[in-house]
Amino acid sequence: MQDHIVSAYSAELELLDTKIATMGGLAEQMLGRSFEALERRDPDLAASVVERDQDIDDLQTELEEQVVQMIARRQPMANDLRQIMAATKIAGDLERSGDLAKNIAKRAAAIADQSPPMPLISGLRRMSELAMRQLKDVLDAYAERDAHSAVAAWRNDEQIDATYNSVFRELLTYMMEDPRTIGMCTHLLFAAKNLERVGDHATNIAETIHFLVIGDPLPNDRPKGDTTSTTLIRHS
Amino acid sequence: MDQRVDTSLLEPQRVVLPGEAAPETEVAARGVSVHYGAKQALFDVDLDVPKNSVMSLIGPSGCGKSTFLRCINRMNDVIDIARVSGRIELEGKNIYDADLDVVELRARVGMVFQKPNPFPKSIYENIAYGPRIHGITASKADLDALVEDSLRRAGLFDEVKDRLQEPGTGLSGGQQQRLCIARAIATRPDVILMDEPCSALDPIATAIVEELIDELRANYTIMIVTHSMQQAARVSQRTAFFHLGYLVEEGDTNRIFTNPTDPRTQDYITGRTG
Repeated sequence: MQDHIVSAYSAELELLDTKIATMGGLAEQMLGRSFEALERRDPDLAASVVERDQDIDDLQTELEEQVVQMIARRQPMANDLRQIMAATKIAGDLERSGDLAKNIAKRAAAIADQSPPMPLISGLRRMSELAMRQLKDVLDAYAERDAHSAVAAWRNDEQIDATYNSVFRELLTYMMEDPRTIGMCTHLLFAAKNLERVGDHATNIAETIHFLVIGDPLPNDRPKGDTTSTTLIRHS
Repeated sequence: MDQRVDTSLLEPQRVVLPGEAAPETEVAARGVSVHYGAKQALFDVDLDVPKNSVMSLIGPSGCGKSTFLRCINRMNDVIDIARVSGRIELEGKNIYDADLDVVELRARVGMVFQKPNPFPKSIYENIAYGPRIHGITASKADLDALVEDSLRRAGLFDEVKDRLQEPGTGLSGGQQQRLCIARAIATRPDVILMDEPCSALDPIATAIVEELIDELRANYTIMIVTHSMQQAARVSQRTAFFHLGYLVEEGDTNRIFTNPTDPRTQDYITGRTG
């Protein structure tokens, strides 16, 4: 790609990428630490995640202000226009991912003095690893402007959904067996749902990368594996 | 790794509903080349301009866009060293055929220039001149009606109706340009060529002319050369990008400005060195 004749314009576009990379790094870090806080029952670590969320929010505000100014001053066209739209959308997805990580951290603090049975945590750990990898893959694809990797990540979301289904069923079973676990299991259920949502935001980012690189949207038929919203407990 | 896709699939498909005619081609250029003496300015251009639409021609200075525009009403004929080859069909008839009446052609293909150039005559005479020499109207009453109609279509009548006998050169720049558009309309053309019609106008006068262009396309086919990418994006349905005498890319304006196919188009419209 050639540089802009107006060099400040190129610098502004690069700054958008830097902000997205910083936000992405923060979101990954928050997600990793929120799960660690849950697993280690560490309220201090959880509190530090909650604090970090402000940084992502501030970066998103900054990025949006920059985008408004760029549209007003540069009247972006073609790939520049797609770049600016993509950065705005991705920043939104990263900000929401940060919120979801913060929410997991709050729940980690809430159940810090409980002792969840280990099998539960292992399903959640699997979800957390998948969500983190998904986020990392799409952020790498964005940095490389690699539509193929983005589409591969987009298809991978099904794995998170499948894991979420099994965690959901497992948690329901625990709650039915021992109502005293309902409080803790509900928190874990929301944590799992949050991880599943992070996966959805990663697929949004993958779709945005496809639009950025290729210029047209991905077809709207991604295989969806989350069936929990139609699942009922059967009392036999 | 080639991440390009076949963008021809992204062009809006011209769906023709039963009972509806397919969009007609008003101007069809085939293999049009132009030489100025030994220097070739335009290379083998093929281009279809749909009827009742606005096509913008964009590209850097010297790319051939104005040269091409001037082929459509044979303005290049007046330049001794200019030589045009190829075919340009206006509603199916080659305008470079030997039996074609160039004066009649220029009534059917009107032109508006970069700088407003009203005749040093009254507002009324500016409009009446063309119809009179082409013998379009039969009576003074007809001519009066045509002058009024042309001024109305150009969105100027209400501003000048009380001073039709005053000189056209006394109007503001924006009004003068609309007077020139009214003058072009008065000979009842099929096509209106505009060569950077807003480059000498302020943003408000520009917006008024752009609004006018959008209204005019209901009745005329408009081809506009512009250096403003934003203007091309605002006013046209299709855009053609010229570079070094070649037509590089032509397509739906929405696509050209969001997802052009050729890297040269991309570099030009985004302001990159190319």
